[in-house]
Amino acid sequence: MNASSTARMHRQPDISHANGPSGVTRLLPPAGTARWTDHQRHYGPVLPASASSLVDIVRSSGLRGRGGAGFPTATKIAAVAAAAGRLRRAIVIANCCEGDPTAKKDRVLIGRAPHLVIDGALVAAAAVGADRVMLAVHQGSRAGTILREALAERGAGAAAVSVVQVPNRFVASEASALVRFVSTGDARPLGRLAPVWESGVDGRPTLVDNAETLAQLALIARFGDHWFRSVGDQEEPGTALVTIGGAVPRPGVVEIATGTPIRTIMASAGAPTTGWALIGGLAGRWVDLAAVAQTRFTTAHLASAQAVRGVGSIIVLPPRSCILTETARMLGYLADSSARQCGPCMFGLPAIAADMASLASGDRMALTRLRRRLPTVDKRGACAHPDGAVALAASALNVLNGPESGHLQQHLAHHGCRATAPVVPLGVVDSTRHASR
Amino acid sequence: MSAGTDNAVALTVDPIACRAHGLCADELPEAIGLDEWGYPFLSTGSIPRKMLRRAKSAAAACPVLALRLTHTRG
Repeated sequence: MNASSTARMHRQPDISHANGPSGVTRLLPPAGTARWTDHQRHYGPVLPASASSLVDIVRSSGLRGRGGAGFPTATKIAAVAAAAGRLRRAIVIANCCEGDPTAKKDRVLIGRAPHLVIDGALVAAAAVGADRVMLAVHQGSRAGTILREALAERGAGAAAVSVVQVPNRFVASEASALVRFVSTGDARPLGRLAPVWESGVDGRPTLVDNAETLAQLALIARFGDHWFRSVGDQEEPGTALVTIGGAVPRPGVVEIATGTPIRTIMASAGAPTTGWALIGGLAGRWVDLAAVAQTRFTTAHLASAQAVRGVGSIIVLPPRSCILTETARMLGYLADSSARQCGPCMFGLPAIAADMASLASGDRMALTRLRRRLPTVDKRGACAHPDGAVALAASALNVLNGPESGHLQQHLAHHGCRATAPVVPLGVVDSTRHASR
Repeated sequence: MSAGTDNAVALTVDPIACRAHGLCADELPEAIGLDEWGYPFLSTGSIPRKMLRRAKSAAAACPVLALRLTHTRG
């Protein structure tokens, strides 16, 4: 399995055991390595490798996508490589948009190690035989400025790489929406009928990977699969970036070894280890931090605890908070963020958001409507946007019918509650502009 | 999936193209229902052979050709 890796990486990286807040610092180097020369000194060069050996080493590394879906990266790379040919070259899109407003990990990563993301995109391009690499950023974002400057520093070495500015909307950075935007200027999802790895930008096989995934790839290409697996969970190895926000003394991004218990992550960031939190982003789940204290931070362990890893964010609610009000507000944002292409999303999300708001105002019948509507919206859009909203709403109902049922009764009796102001960060909705060129 | 059929047929809808005309559900109510906004719910799995002709009619009835019959390996 790992034979392909043995020939190349033997440079023992001094970054492997550096101490971060949870014991590892691979992706978030000390300040002062953002510039090209410093980056090269800190990480060393990426040695050239054949496409097939790159696929093998990524497969042995066990790397999974860090954008939300957690799909095995090698499988995706192999699919794009197989669909591509000399007359139909592949394209790589580095998704640096970080559309979920609860997550800040990719922007922190790009601020600290922009060249690692670019390295990873170039490694991915080598693995799939791509001749073009696009770094997709939100219009006017700081990430875009940083990446453009980074490309300028690299000069001819990054001639195939360009920065593409995408409308600043949640759904615009869904993989097929990125592909459609680059091809046509319309940043709405294309749907599941045409997989982008077969037919993406201009009909070419297209690899869309998240910024953190590519940064991990850049390290695997340098230091090998054994090194990558030397930290973290056996099944989902390596490190991961986690955004911690909401009612915490020091909001920010931490790098953890995968499989670190949630309690350890929270404690190391000086954050509360009890109370309610939203894990996974706007399409995430509400969890009782005390109940998941021992849950290890991996896709599989979180799923078995009725949570979801998603975009890897943990937003802590203050003590006197209200999951119902937070959820109604988030659902309103998700409804406004719909690309309005598919009926069940276009009509279903506003209906669900209105139901949740009615429930918060004490409308008991809204519970019945939600129970009936959620299954009729789930998995009925071209992209997973409606599914995420349904999962969030269902998670809120589980909590409100379970441990927080007393709080729900308060809403039903008094048509509201006296909770503190909502804390889950939401983006700005600009629903009038789906296309922008 | 009907076992032993090497050419099973399933219905799929393109949710972006669909405009909730609802004609498909008239043609094949056994396999196609409509949600409260008029968008079709399709029964999962392959279409029984005896419904095949009407399934084709349902796909042909869609004014925007959002309903498709796709061949799956049974």
